[in-house]
Amino acid sequence: MADARYRTGDSVRVRKAAPLGHVRTPFYIRGHAGVVERVCGAFPNPEELAQQRDGLPAQPLYRVRFRQKDVWPGYRGSAADVIEIEIFQHWIEE
Amino acid sequence: MIERSHHDMGGQKAGKVKRTEHAYDDWELRVDAMMMLLVGVVGGSKRMTVDELRKNIESLPPADYDKLGYYDRWVISLTQTMIQRGVITTDELARKLADVEKRGRR
Repeated sequence: MADARYRTGDSVRVRKAAPLGHVRTPFYIRGHAGVVERVCGAFPNPEELAQQRDGLPAQPLYRVRFRQKDVWPGYRGSAADVIEIEIFQHWIEE
Repeated sequence: MIERSHHDMGGQKAGKVKRTEHAYDDWELRVDAMMMLLVGVVGGSKRMTVDELRKNIESLPPADYDKLGYYDRWVISLTQTMIQRGVITTDELARKLADVEKRGRR
């Protein structure tokens, strides 16, 4: 299992990348900044599992909280609205 | 390179979502059961991962992706995965499909 580099409350940014293959990180959140809400554990990397490999070492998975108004241009809901997305560690930078 | 994959459509403009349930056809239930067996949720022998199912769904041409139903995508994808894993061959599948079609015409 890869070591968890981030903790609850850490500010993080999702990597802005558009590789090929199977990717779980939604396109719309790439490049956005949020805060780690919790560490969910570690799981085999789905990008590898999709290609008939074992996905090991398991990658830490984080639930990251983003402000809706930061994610969607012209967001008309409450400024307090958030969206939480589970992101694997290799998609996160500081 | 490809910026955004077609299936990755979160936040794109879309019409109204139909919020109604519908009954499943028999073939849809069978496809669901087949998938549960292949990923080892039931039966215990694992022949593929759900991530391979997703990969092959995501590889559908955009026009087909939009047109096909949920279980249409599943059955195409799990068949593709069985070919990739060598459980069945393309030739076997082609011959079987021809047999089935012939049966249907009788």
